[in-house]
Amino acid sequence: MESEYILEVNNISMMFNLSTEKVDNLKEYIIKLIKGKLFFHEFYALDNVSFKVKKGEVFGLVGLNGAGKSTLLKIIAGVLKPTKGEVIVRGSMAPLIELGAGFNLQLSARENIFLNGAVLGYSNQFMRERFNDIVDFSELHEFIDVPIKNYSSGMISRLAFSIATLVNPDILIVDEVLSVGDYKFRAKCENRIKELLMNGTTVLLVSHSSQQIEKLCDRVLWLEKGKVKMIGDTKEVLRQYMNLS
Amino acid sequence: MNKYIHNFLKYRFLLRELVVNDIKIKYRRSVLGILWSVLQPLMMMVVLTMVFSSLFKSNIPNFAVYVLTGRIIWDLYSQSTLSAMNSIVGNASLIKKVYVPKYIFPLSKCISVLVNTCFSLIALMVVVFVTGVKLTPVILLLPLPLLYTFLFASGIGLLISAYAVFFRDLQYLYEVLLTAWMYFTPLFYPMDIIPDTILFIFKANPLYHLLNMFRDIIMFGRVPSPEQHVLCLAIGLVSLGIGFLAFYKRQDRFILYI
Repeated sequence: MESEYILEVNNISMMFNLSTEKVDNLKEYIIKLIKGKLFFHEFYALDNVSFKVKKGEVFGLVGLNGAGKSTLLKIIAGVLKPTKGEVIVRGSMAPLIELGAGFNLQLSARENIFLNGAVLGYSNQFMRERFNDIVDFSELHEFIDVPIKNYSSGMISRLAFSIATLVNPDILIVDEVLSVGDYKFRAKCENRIKELLMNGTTVLLVSHSSQQIEKLCDRVLWLEKGKVKMIGDTKEVLRQYMNLS
Repeated sequence: MNKYIHNFLKYRFLLRELVVNDIKIKYRRSVLGILWSVLQPLMMMVVLTMVFSSLFKSNIPNFAVYVLTGRIIWDLYSQSTLSAMNSIVGNASLIKKVYVPKYIFPLSKCISVLVNTCFSLIALMVVVFVTGVKLTPVILLLPLPLLYTFLFASGIGLLISAYAVFFRDLQYLYEVLLTAWMYFTPLFYPMDIIPDTILFIFKANPLYHLLNMFRDIIMFGRVPSPEQHVLCLAIGLVSLGIGFLAFYKRQDRFILYI
């Protein structure tokens, strides 16, 4: 039976060991071990967070810096494994967490499109079918065979956004990326996200711009110090959030 | 188990892309391109042959092939493990942002080196042909020792890539270990100069057995015995098993250290 929820986050807790000094080599490890100085300080970045997202919904995340938004997104994307709890994802996912993370700077844009597709788990064949659309959307025709180390950061984010949105993922994770690019491309991105929404894509959006959240989101989760402060209708949550901060 | 296989199939394109890109980047900027994979071992062999046949008066018959076979197996092992070791740290930016099965990175490095080794085989064939080694159908067995070596190297590669995340200075230690290991592998000296008292060290060296099988096939046209196959395959599989186990136990903590 198909559940109406495409994403379920159940009782997620994430604990980090904050060591005052990071030990990442053998020499220091042994010295500290002998001196008996290998302390750890526990820190909960997320504490018992649960929520469910319906298919086709735009779900916003707000919270001050350090509230645990990025940690939560990383757990949903499968990058981090939570200390407790579980995440259930029903469908394919394309994270736009930091643009261009899966790129190899030595390679051309053409090669990077296929590489990035493969990083997201798509075949060469699949990417070839979408290749022209991706190039068209990113408007990088003339530069398609240039190694992307010669690209500007704006060009790289255009390429990354085009790839992530044109593979038509079931869930798109967007973290602060809409703030890059010129106003024209930004408008294009917002239109593209609306288009995806019409096709039933679910979007998770993190933004510090409350305007953007208000414009796009159906529901919002407000995180404070790793705990769910409030969850519900966009206007209501935003009103209280803005009052506080 | 099924879940793992399904996951691997989903990301097999990534594995392919990584290997292809590795090879592309390596040769893109060089004039001779892929030819370097053939030329480099050839030139190395010429140097070693000159040094050892004139300076040290080695009495190994067909020293050129002896040295080249040694280098091919040794390079396959050492380059695979060395590049695999840094693959997790080197792909930190990707691992931090997107979920991908992390063993893909060390594995892709080992496969790239294996592909390069196949190019080096052309050099070997040239030398075999020039020095007049008799070619027999046994040569068709050549991929087997390479495959066993690849399995062995992948296992060690997975193991040390997992540890290198937590201990960055492991790299220096491993390089020293590799040098010592190289001298305890009969790459350019004959086995009969080894005194019986330390022979056990060689018997305990997996590369010694792998290299023996490789040379048996190429130099003497001998079909390796079933015992040899069992031993070498076991070396590969045990190493791979240990490597994967160690890797899986630690992979969830990688992200906190890279």
